Amino acid sequence: MNEIIGKPIDRVDGKLKVSGGATYSAEYFPKNMVYGVLVLSTIPRGRIRNIDTSQAERVKGVVGIMTYKNSMSLHFPQGTDPGSGKYAEKDLLPLQNNRIYYDGQVIAAVMAETFEKAEYAAKLVKVDYETESAIFDLKANISKSYKPSSGGSQLQLKRGDADAAWQNAEVKMEQTYTTPVYHHNAMEPHASVAEWNGDQLMVYDATQAVAGVKSLLASMLGLPPEKVKVVSLYIGGGFGSKGFTWPNPIVTAMAAKMVNCPVKLVLSRQQMFTTAGRRSETIQKIALASNSSGKLTVIKHDTISESSFVDEFVETAGLATSMLYSCPNVEISHSLVRLNKVTPCPTRAPGEAPGTYAIEAAMDELAYQLKMDPIQLRLLNYAEMDEQKQKQFSSKNLKECYQRGADAIGWSQRNPQPRSMRKGNYLVGYGMATATYLANRIASAAKATLYADGHAEILSATQDIGTGTYTIMTQIAAEAFGLPVDRVTVKLGDSDYPRGANSGGSQVTASVGPPIRAAALAVIGKLISLAVSDTASPLHGRKEEDIIADNGRMYLKNHTDRGESYTEVLNRKGLQKLEAQAKTNVSTREPQGSNAVATGGADAAAEEESKTNPAVQEDQNVDRKLYSFHSFGAQFVKVLVDPDLGTVKVDKAVAVMDIGKVLNLKTAKSQIMGGMIFAIGMALLEGTAYDPNNGRVVTRDLAQYLVPVNADMPQFDIQFIDQPDPYISPIGAKGIGEIGITGMTAAIVNAIYHATGKRVRELPVTLDKLI
Amino acid sequence: MGNNLGISNTDDEEPSSNGTTRRDFLAQITYAGAGLTLVPLLAGTKDILPQAPPPNAETATINLTVNGQKHALNIDERTTLLDALRENLQMTGTKKGCDHGQCGACTVLINGRRVNSCLTFAAMCQGKEIITIEGLAKGDRLHPMQEAFIKHDAFQCGYCTPGQICSAVGLVNEGHVHNDADIHELMSGNICRCGAYQNIVDAIKEVQNIA
Repeated sequence: MNEIIGKPIDRVDGKLKVSGGATYSAEYFPKNMVYGVLVLSTIPRGRIRNIDTSQAERVKGVVGIMTYKNSMSLHFPQGTDPGSGKYAEKDLLPLQNNRIYYDGQVIAAVMAETFEKAEYAAKLVKVDYETESAIFDLKANISKSYKPSSGGSQLQLKRGDADAAWQNAEVKMEQTYTTPVYHHNAMEPHASVAEWNGDQLMVYDATQAVAGVKSLLASMLGLPPEKVKVVSLYIGGGFGSKGFTWPNPIVTAMAAKMVNCPVKLVLSRQQMFTTAGRRSETIQKIALASNSSGKLTVIKHDTISESSFVDEFVETAGLATSMLYSCPNVEISHSLVRLNKVTPCPTRAPGEAPGTYAIEAAMDELAYQLKMDPIQLRLLNYAEMDEQKQKQFSSKNLKECYQRGADAIGWSQRNPQPRSMRKGNYLVGYGMATATYLANRIASAAKATLYADGHAEILSATQDIGTGTYTIMTQIAAEAFGLPVDRVTVKLGDSDYPRGANSGGSQVTASVGPPIRAAALAVIGKLISLAVSDTASPLHGRKEEDIIADNGRMYLKNHTDRGESYTEVLNRKGLQKLEAQAKTNVSTREPQGSNAVATGGADAAAEEESKTNPAVQEDQNVDRKLYSFHSFGAQFVKVLVDPDLGTVKVDKAVAVMDIGKVLNLKTAKSQIMGGMIFAIGMALLEGTAYDPNNGRVVTRDLAQYLVPVNADMPQFDIQFIDQPDPYISPIGAKGIGEIGITGMTAAIVNAIYHATGKRVRELPVTLDKLI
Repeated sequence: MGNNLGISNTDDEEPSSNGTTRRDFLAQITYAGAGLTLVPLLAGTKDILPQAPPPNAETATINLTVNGQKHALNIDERTTLLDALRENLQMTGTKKGCDHGQCGACTVLINGRRVNSCLTFAAMCQGKEIITIEGLAKGDRLHPMQEAFIKHDAFQCGYCTPGQICSAVGLVNEGHVHNDADIHELMSGNICRCGAYQNIVDAIKEVQNIA
């Protein structure tokens, strides 16, 4: 067999992307289209007393101004989880009333013949507010914290008796770690183009969930789902900010209805800081206790994060802590404080990114307290099973990650004494940490078609947000079809296709790969049946299981020269195409089945066909309730710190990842590297500053909100264990969009401590904190 | 266009819903007043905004040479080169990431030099040779930098990529690159949030060695 899965092939959309031919959502031009520009609130709380649009209206070319006074009424959004395209702020549907809950809230949209006119007129909308007192500062409002109602028992976890064990502990370490507000800052601003054709709505939208946005538009606008189509062929990054649905596609659709022509609405970079989510600030208190030899006896991880007054989102920083190490007494808590800021939302590795920073920095501190090597401490407390859920891991090869990572960074040369190593004037530090992220999978469907010309096609309403989904799905499909990759076209990002997973929670690979494989296998099964029952076929009368399908040809296992091509069979039978749909109703989410895409409905046909699809049945028969599904890895870094200036340079970064089967080594390395670079931002550069007087984002552009640039890059060494997870799917691959950012932040701060002897517990570690 | 304006009082101005197309509309009207491009920078400072009905900007006919092709455009004088490319010429290969010259996604080559097209008015570019990402390939044959970007996986989402590639081509032309550190430094005006930086450096090195 010609193996395609695992090969480091170039991205299938590469040529389009390097030549400017890939069309992102703002790049459509329906006839008579006008431009929409949003107006945002400039107070953090209160009411609009009066909104004066008269000056703006007088700008020639303005064709409509929409405020709460003249906008259409919206229905309460249906669907509460990310898979269904959750509306980000359920109690703040756009332009429905005059209430203001935060600075930068959408309060009007101005539509004009050109972008310039719309933008100019938007500045002329005058708003008179009745201001009420507001709160913005998490640390100053801890007394208002409460235990969130969403998430239920998963958010407050307990095993053993942490308090009693703490009293008797031989070694104790208790510290508080904080992370600031972070903004995703995908390079492509949120963009929507909406066009009505009678009561049919077409929306091009930059989203991580075409199927979700379709459902949401239908429910909020009161339309039957079949009247709405959402397309997102190429997405310029999301990182979570395009995972929930923010006002822009809704407002664009409302505006297009109002002005009776298509509307394009693109957020400015500044607007992305208040109308497209953020990662919450966190305050994380960690308590670790061990016996004198380093065996953990207590882990406590209490997280306080922010929410808003219009919805609830929990940064689940403590969840990974519950399964990361073997320990009899564990307590995890999550609390929220509601503030007058935009509601937080998932940001690359929501929970795990700040959470693994805190627990892994704390483990480093404990190792120093014990005078123990930090790898040794982790090996001593290695979790052979998920002790919180009392389940085996579906797969875990973390010990090998530690070993290979240590070798790659040169850990043996590390003098553990802080501030003991130098290179010229620079202080040298080595740090490490454990990486982990959930291995999620949800229900997904796909359609496979083989055409008489020998070309095959896959359709699924998932999307490629830059991760390489088009490429790896092409590889999966090509292998299942028995075709070379250049004969397979994967089409995604269209809500008319069978419903695939939303691009969040690192779940697309594990969720959509299996139904694509199953559908393609079903097509080839039909083709083989046709051949063996056809007297004109050289395979006539042969057993189906003796036939191999590879490289566009079917042949006998033991007589490879006896066979024929796919096209010969189809042409002889006079068939233009053969097609099959498949839907795998599988979820590894906790509790089982939650966040699974609703069954039936649009994909009823796929579900029906799947009842007789052996690949689907075999896949669905695995009892996944028995296992805890996670990916793991080890991150190692070497930093250079200038002792005079306090500047930190990550010099080398090593990741060894256990993420199941690697589908494409090239795109997989890029994904992990991208996550690690996000973590360099988290650790050293990024953080959103708010004006303490009015809750306004101060750092609302890329000159003030610093993301890593090319000059910040270390030398990378990224490796994989590449062992399939036997339980997640027949393919054995887990998603890798998020794990790269986990652990890495802690590895950097741990290396800084080793270099300088200074333990900074408030991110980002800016130079002022080191001198 | 037959729009329902959604406006209650277009009192003293002719409404635009007079059945004209957008192009006709732009051609018909002349605006008085200029210098309004600073207004967006004063967002939130409402007291500074003009109190009288705003003067409107002028349109201008400008000639742009993009990828060797001449285009005559009748556009709002405030139009940036970036918006002229994307919205007026519908050449969307050049990307808008920040509109403030902070991210580099809009990088094009003007007379061979890399320039942030979002910080450049279209009207300033008359008589200059503008090369965008669409103009790098020779027919079906990609520019060596485009080939190298694919080979080294020097992008993920692809949104910063046209700017990265134009910037990289400009960088090689500038001739200031002597080592890896130079590339890291001189490509730092182009942000890639997906984090393909190392692969971008590898791609540029490959082209640099060939050139």
